Amino acid sequence: MTRSWRGYGAAVLLLILGWLVLEPLLLVALDAIRGSDGWTLDAVRAFVREPNEWRAAWNSLWIALASVVLAGTLGTALALLTRLVHFPGRALLGALLALPAVLPPLVGVVAFLFLYGESGIIARAVMALTGTTEAPWRFEGAGAILLIHATTMYVYPYLLVRGALASFDPALLEAATALGASRWRAIRTVVLPLLRPAIGNGALLVALSSLASFSAPYVFGGGFRVLPTQLISTRLNGDIAIAMVETLALVVLALVAVVLASRLGGPGVRGAGKGLAPAPSRRRSAFTLPAMGVALGATGWLLLPHLALLMVSFVPVGAWTTSALPTAWTLTNYVVLVAEPSRWQPFATSLWMATFAAVAAAMFAVLVALAARDPRRRLSRWLEAFLALPWAVPGTVYAIALATMFARHQPLTGRIILIGTLWLLPLAYLVRALPIVGRAVVSAIRGLDPALDEAAASLGARPWRVLWTVTLPLLGPALAGATALAFVTGLGDFMTSVILYTYDTRPVSLEILGAIRQGEIGVAAAYGVVLALISAGAFLLAERGRSRTA
Amino acid sequence: MVVVEHVAKRFEETAVVRDVSLTVAEGEVMALLGPSGSGKTTMLRLIAGFETPDAGRIILAGRDVTGVSAVDRRCGMVFQHYALFPHLSVGDNVAYGLAGRQMDGSARMARVTEALALVDLKGYASRAVTALSGGQQQRVALARALAPEPAVLLLDEPLSNLDPSLRERTRRELRDLVRRIGITTILVTHEQEEAFELADRVALLLNGVLEQVGSPEDLYGHPATPAVAGFIGRVMHVPGTVTSIADGGVVVRALATTVRATGRALEVGAKVDLLLRPEALCIDPAGAIAGVVEHRRFVGARDLLLVRCGELDLEVLADPLSAAVGSSVHLSPSGVGAHAFGTSA
Repeated sequence: MTRSWRGYGAAVLLLILGWLVLEPLLLVALDAIRGSDGWTLDAVRAFVREPNEWRAAWNSLWIALASVVLAGTLGTALALLTRLVHFPGRALLGALLALPAVLPPLVGVVAFLFLYGESGIIARAVMALTGTTEAPWRFEGAGAILLIHATTMYVYPYLLVRGALASFDPALLEAATALGASRWRAIRTVVLPLLRPAIGNGALLVALSSLASFSAPYVFGGGFRVLPTQLISTRLNGDIAIAMVETLALVVLALVAVVLASRLGGPGVRGAGKGLAPAPSRRRSAFTLPAMGVALGATGWLLLPHLALLMVSFVPVGAWTTSALPTAWTLTNYVVLVAEPSRWQPFATSLWMATFAAVAAAMFAVLVALAARDPRRRLSRWLEAFLALPWAVPGTVYAIALATMFARHQPLTGRIILIGTLWLLPLAYLVRALPIVGRAVVSAIRGLDPALDEAAASLGARPWRVLWTVTLPLLGPALAGATALAFVTGLGDFMTSVILYTYDTRPVSLEILGAIRQGEIGVAAAYGVVLALISAGAFLLAERGRSRTA
Repeated sequence: MVVVEHVAKRFEETAVVRDVSLTVAEGEVMALLGPSGSGKTTMLRLIAGFETPDAGRIILAGRDVTGVSAVDRRCGMVFQHYALFPHLSVGDNVAYGLAGRQMDGSARMARVTEALALVDLKGYASRAVTALSGGQQQRVALARALAPEPAVLLLDEPLSNLDPSLRERTRRELRDLVRRIGITTILVTHEQEEAFELADRVALLLNGVLEQVGSPEDLYGHPATPAVAGFIGRVMHVPGTVTSIADGGVVVRALATTVRATGRALEVGAKVDLLLRPEALCIDPAGAIAGVVEHRRFVGARDLLLVRCGELDLEVLADPLSAAVGSSVHLSPSGVGAHAFGTSA
């Protein structure tokens, strides 16, 4: 690619990104300080004066911090356990523990409802044992949200720490042991400091997911409001200006989390070693049995909600009332999904929207990666920053920002009316998909040996042929994996959809919620299972593509 | 033929290549030798067209290609880490440079087979390049560069990624191959042994300056500058004065004796920096240089002695066990391995 081509291309891409990810947020900021007659801080004052608003912001904050502590500890501990201690079945448990990563958030939340909810399996078991007819607890409020956050968000630190441990030099542990350190001291003083960047990144992902978390507080919050649920209700009440201030508050919290986490992660200590996977000592130690027990217990506990979901999907409507476990089984819930057009239509809708968003984001990401290949250029850094924005800012915020942006016809400022059309929701999925695919492809293209391009050029290949025959095939694996992730994110999306959907773009997640409200929990569960299966299928497909090209 | 005329290249503040002129004859093998940072790889990249010179001209096969892109120069290039396309088979890698040629499929196949046969990899066409050993990958890279029959072959540190045990054999094979094809070749290396064995002539670059171009014997026996003498082989510095000019060299008064040395543009009476190689002195009971053996190192067929002579430490090659550490010895010049350079003082 010639230099000038890159320069112009990068500028055009920057403009498009600015239009899609930056302008909507700026408009929200403007709407927060603009009244019917000119600039005003009325909405900000109203927000500051209202204790309910403060409470929601505070709740968002402390739930995020508590989620980071709980999910971070759980994920890091499980990663250390399954990587550093040797016990039978270690690899299988290690893989099973990563499973919740493929589950759309709403499906996870629904699974919790079936397991821990007032009429969930555990509550029924307690009722059956004690002979009471009243639910022993109400599964709602901060405790319920924290439980869900901890047991679903642990996968981020878990996967990142596992990845970091894979390139950890086992000689370091041996060196510490040779110097007389006990195993605990070696882990505390050698392993954990080296894992700091991974733990920091994991903590950031948990914090951002928790701040953005919508499904859990929406379903289980009850009177306990966090900013994302608070701003939905404010919007429904018609206090648009205050909703905009709340949106901004959420953005500020997310940005604070990004800054804090970059401190926590530190500069990143790089080991000087050759990076072999640590070979856990093969001999049986006093740790083997307890470790195995803990790992098995944790895996069972963490996968239990998903098993509950699977089980409930086979329960006939109305057939399960008082017993702890259902007594009748059926495939009807799955049959109706296929047989009734009104049931499978949402699947078709979600599929096309998620596919469109993932594929369009992938194509755009490739262009951005080509333009931003050289990390030293200023345009590259701007492109990266714009790509990261929808990643740091909660989805609810983007939904509202896009709704604001595309509610008016002002072609000169890039605003057209999309609200109420078929295209707003797919566009929102696209914006959410951009950082997922973009970051992966940018880092993949920077990992390519520049000598490959030069080799192709010296063999007479023009830039387009180099792109087509060398660069794109080599980006394939990263592109496939990230596109699958973006597809799955769109497919199961709830927080963006609940704000932007129209009758024609009603996605599966809303259908699931609707089924639960109408008491068709079996159908809701069946939706969830199919969604999880499609997600897993997408990942497998991407994985197959990866192994074929590698 | 490759002609480089007054080429210069800066990267930001650093001048990497300074006013280098070089001619590589048709069919000649030229080594660009120098330590890391000497500008030798930049020179190769300038010739290949991956960098544009700030000044000067580059002429390939009679055509001024200074402003021509790498795509249109079509130099055959073997990269230091080979840069094989990991997603393509061995055959597809080799065929990559044949696309767009006016040749049908079978002719292309034949060319690929031919190129693979050249590097002794017949029958490897359908293998994955990632499944090959380092030595095999190096040969695939060579076959890929040669398949389009380029006018010039450029090799960037072609042996640096091979095991030492494999390096020597590969070096011989590479030498035989480029001679057999008779292709004009420029290779970059920091190993003088590699340069000396592979190349007809060696161009020594230090700090972006072309210090000397010549045969390996020239560079060792008639170094143009103290820097060349210092880079090629070991030298000791001894002060001296020119006493007479002999044919092709000078006689220098140094170390309480007279030493015959190479040297140009020197006058009788001039102060010189006399560079002595370990073979320039030998043990001789009648020698005028007296010293004490401080250290003895076994270097194979001979011993390398460190002899203290007053203020100076001299390295001397001697027969094994001819002198013990601590013993007094007498040395005399052997008549070779001495190079005199004028000092500015």
